[in-house]
Amino acid sequence: MAQPPTNPDAAAASQEQISAEIAEQHRNYQQQKDHGTEETSARLNFPPYRSSLLRHPTKSLQHADPEDIELHSPAFGQRDVSPLEADLTIQHGGEPIGERIVVSGRVLDGDGRPVRHQLVEVWQANAAGRYIHKRDQHPAPIDPNFTGVGRTLTGPEGEYSFTTIKPAPYPWKNHINAWRPAHIHFSLFGTDFTQRIVTQMYFPGDPLFSLDPIYQAITDPQARQRLVATYDHGVSQHEWNTGYRWDIILSGSNRTWSEEDQ
Amino acid sequence: MALPPTPAQTVGPFFGYALPYDGGPQLVAPGSSGSIRLHGTVYDGDGAPIPDAMVEIWQPDQHGRISQQPGSLSRDGHTFTGWGRTEVNYEGQFTFTTVNPGPTAPGKAPYILLTVFARGLMDRLFTRVYMPEDRQALGADPLLSTLAEDRRSTLIAHRDDDGGLRFDIRLQGEDETVFLTYPRTPQFTGRRA
Repeated sequence: MAQPPTNPDAAAASQEQISAEIAEQHRNYQQQKDHGTEETSARLNFPPYRSSLLRHPTKSLQHADPEDIELHSPAFGQRDVSPLEADLTIQHGGEPIGERIVVSGRVLDGDGRPVRHQLVEVWQANAAGRYIHKRDQHPAPIDPNFTGVGRTLTGPEGEYSFTTIKPAPYPWKNHINAWRPAHIHFSLFGTDFTQRIVTQMYFPGDPLFSLDPIYQAITDPQARQRLVATYDHGVSQHEWNTGYRWDIILSGSNRTWSEEDQ
Repeated sequence: MALPPTPAQTVGPFFGYALPYDGGPQLVAPGSSGSIRLHGTVYDGDGAPIPDAMVEIWQPDQHGRISQQPGSLSRDGHTFTGWGRTEVNYEGQFTFTTVNPGPTAPGKAPYILLTVFARGLMDRLFTRVYMPEDRQALGADPLLSTLAEDRRSTLIAHRDDDGGLRFDIRLQGEDETVFLTYPRTPQFTGRRA
């Protein structure tokens, strides 16, 4: 089979071609899984996501034992993050347009310990599917009352909460008529720097899931489900916002934890 | 019991207005005593610079101490927090102002932990920027000693005449940078098993 074009903006393939490539990757994974390798994250090399073609390592990752610096993370405090930064709807003179939502959850490590007082960063498109980024040329309206960037520190139980506007799907140039499911980008730190992760939170029931090569780069269906928030009526508030819950599990810590650290 | 981890997704193309921040690349003030420039270019598999990557560094201070001081996002000009972040420019170049890390224990080879994010890169990649001077420590380093000579050299920074460090990052290809994976931190390259 000929190599697909590596220009990420070529938009050469149809959705049918991309969907067929995704299905082939998933079949390949299912065969592999039968031999015992469960893939709990996205593949670095996922050809249906054209931008990955020239940007994934082709050699094996080298196993390293974490040393001191890898067993720690930078500390962030009140001087770094204002409590107001967790509300993306109050950053301008007026109310942004769209469905006001609260996204709440907890950040836990791979052993279920809460990740306390650690930085969580989010960014997202607005209710029309437009980012405040100079390279986003999608002809959807910019909302002068919405930037779409937030930060917070987790609480003593690893909890976090953002008030924002539900983002819309938007088109991109991976292939013809390519649309990203609505999502919020998350950036997280753990106790060990090896737990550092950037990911995307999705909304339940999005009809674009099966078509999206970024989401489908996670070949395991159960793993994919972990990026989908749950509608939580307990997070919704009377005449104010609807609510979603999304817990984030970082990879395992390699520290030796003492009883007091728990 | 181990919980299944949340999968990673690419940082995408539009992080530039969200994640980089004023002071992010300056772990110490430029021109301050002991400050050096750490710089390099991020390349793709065609050898073309990547204009939409982001780089983070995390390192001990000159004495090998790991800072646990807050203030990376709001620097006071004095406190060394050990962490920095920058986006690359349109030519794929990144520049930090920092200090040479010291060994975290006597005889250890000092290095800076470096993390790369980019559109097209589905998960962050870790690598180490080793200081080039202490040949004995480099020779005894547990990671470096497992690598073939041509692979090992991708992890050792080049010392500039002005005392700075150059460290280029190649995501793919013949002279691909060695990227690291750690226990309990699964990553999936998509290579056939």
